[in-house]
Amino acid sequence: MRHILSLLLENEAGALSRVAGLFSARGYNIESLTVAPTEDPTLSRMTIVTNGSDEIMEQITKQLNKLVDVVKVFDLNEGRHIERELMLVKVRAEAASREEIKRTVDIFRGRIIDVTDKSYTIELTGPRDKLDAFLEALVHSCILETVRTGASGIGRGEWTLRA
Amino acid sequence: MQLSGAEITIRCLEEEGVEYIFGYPGGAVLFIYDALFQQDKVKHILVRHEQAALHAADAYARASGRPGVALVTSGPGVTNAVTGIATAYMDSIPMVIISGQVPTAAIGLDAFQEVDTVGITRPCVKHNFLVKRIEDLATTLKKAFYVATTGRPGPVLVDIPKDVSQQMAEFVYPASIAMRSYQPEVKADPVQVRNAVEVLLQARRPMVYAGGGVVLGNAAEPLRKLVQALGAPCTTTLMGLGAYPGNDPLYVGMPGMHGTYEANLGMQHCDVLLAVGARFDDRVIGNPQHFSVEGRRIIHIDIDPSSISKRVRVDMPLVGDVGEVLGAMLAQLQISQKRLDSQALTAWWQQIEEWRGRQCLHYEGSSTIIKPQFVVESLYQVTGGEAIVTSDVGQHQMWAAQYYLFNRPRQWLNSGGLGTMGFGLPAAMGAQLAFPDTPVACVTGEASIQMCIQELSTCKQYHLPVKIVNLNNRYLGMVRQWQQILHGNRYSESYMDALPDFVKLAESYGHVGLRIERPEDVEPALREAFSLKNRVVFLDFQTDPTENVFPMVKAGKGLTEMLLGAEDL
Repeated sequence: MRHILSLLLENEAGALSRVAGLFSARGYNIESLTVAPTEDPTLSRMTIVTNGSDEIMEQITKQLNKLVDVVKVFDLNEGRHIERELMLVKVRAEAASREEIKRTVDIFRGRIIDVTDKSYTIELTGPRDKLDAFLEALVHSCILETVRTGASGIGRGEWTLRA
Repeated sequence: MQLSGAEITIRCLEEEGVEYIFGYPGGAVLFIYDALFQQDKVKHILVRHEQAALHAADAYARASGRPGVALVTSGPGVTNAVTGIATAYMDSIPMVIISGQVPTAAIGLDAFQEVDTVGITRPCVKHNFLVKRIEDLATTLKKAFYVATTGRPGPVLVDIPKDVSQQMAEFVYPASIAMRSYQPEVKADPVQVRNAVEVLLQARRPMVYAGGGVVLGNAAEPLRKLVQALGAPCTTTLMGLGAYPGNDPLYVGMPGMHGTYEANLGMQHCDVLLAVGARFDDRVIGNPQHFSVEGRRIIHIDIDPSSISKRVRVDMPLVGDVGEVLGAMLAQLQISQKRLDSQALTAWWQQIEEWRGRQCLHYEGSSTIIKPQFVVESLYQVTGGEAIVTSDVGQHQMWAAQYYLFNRPRQWLNSGGLGTMGFGLPAAMGAQLAFPDTPVACVTGEASIQMCIQELSTCKQYHLPVKIVNLNNRYLGMVRQWQQILHGNRYSESYMDALPDFVKLAESYGHVGLRIERPEDVEPALREAFSLKNRVVFLDFQTDPTENVFPMVKAGKGLTEMLLGAEDL
């Protein structure tokens, strides 16, 4: 089953490689991983999308907690949460297709953030499914390049993950 | 007062009460060696290879309970040390390793003797640090000792660039340290402790399975009290030997691949298993599916939550310091109204005694050829069971574990997790330094001993009178055994040809060498060796090359699928 893990970790050199090294050393999957400093510059917030049985998820959580640089680990699947991902897509947009692509972008509430006479660059945020659906809605041959950040997640309501 | 980074490093060791540091100098640590030279509080032991520095420091920690400290230079100094670091990591040994690094300005430029030390060691340390600013040096070393020695212990490496060891800074050693991301103090929930004792007391076939965590947590005394209060059988793993007295009637021997018949069947057929500081290792329970065929309730005490339900699903986890949890369980036992069903317990012991009656460790003696088991039994007799015994890895290790009865913790030092050949001799040095007046024996084989044989020189320099018990069967014995049993007698590269004359070799280092070829000479030779209190004695026993270690559970098999002897092959 797919899980979204939220981590707070010390914003120190090497912290990322400790987490990444743990996943590869123990054979756990990483679907995506995003990390950036928080409002407290000594802390980084990381979101890892992974998958595994309940037993594997228990081990992943415990092993992450064991890393000395990791301050907190929370499996967002344990509560209600929101997941967002940012995608940038460069598409071939010429002649007749320009209007059709613009309409599709509007339907998905994306934005065109760069334009040439032959291309659009589109920005789109949303949960993974929405980004997947957008790519499917485009004529596949028009996609020149896609960049996705991987999911960031946060719990719903007033609950917070803090050090 | 302003001190150099090198002086600060040594002062930190002094503040931590470090008695010995094991190491080898080189370019990147020259300032630290210069600071060592100018003081006399911390004594340096110069080994002949960095791997040995790590093993000696590791064994010093295993024997004494105090953290072991090693010092190596950058590049090859570190890469040579990695085997020793991984050895300590697998067995959760508290250690601080200080490594030199090229100057900060040269890092990443492929400088002479540069390696990414933090990167290379990351998977085999509890934690590591690269100190880039001299202002952080003392605090980092404080953290290193704190992390290494608390929670589930382990090796911590501090990488110090050469320029940082040269710069000057004010020396302030923090009295205490708190880290928001590392809070190892965990206490088991009292309700869970009470429930666990209730379950234990409902057992009809209880079994206690104790591991290295009992030794590391200094919990042998509460373990003994609990086992004796219950009257339950107790088994201790390879890492836990000595955690429970080896000659106590409630003790049923070691479990696992070369465990006793009674310990393995007890593990498999008990209805409540109390696991104490043990981790259901593949060499202990064999195939986890096979192990789980029998229904039993498992109570598991461990300080590391990630050890719980890792290979085997545990019913009642008790996360905390083993000593504290055992103490709480004992207190609960005393106030509980219930007691174990004595009839059921008697029946269980009848079953265990029947299993014990198989005498699985019996071996065919010989009057013409030396049996390796006989050498270990004689070693036990001659030393009165009081020696600290180190071992390398292989058949000799298993025979030492099976035939030397360990009655106290920290008496048996071996590389259980990583299985590192070459551990034994440097480990004996570390143990001898920790306990100068206790006899130390290194039980080894002709293959393992050659992996760190250069340390005979270190033994000479520091007058470390260890006794080397070489079970010389001219084979990589355990490899040969597996090839015989699992690979159709095809002895691929397991014969040790072109062996040195170990007697002359020992003599060339200034030691005493004895070659023993007849069974009747075994005990006299051992007596002679241990009477030479101030000498290293290399005892080269020519043993039966065809002898195998039994019982044996083949890899991937279940605990009840034991081979008890040659007749089962």
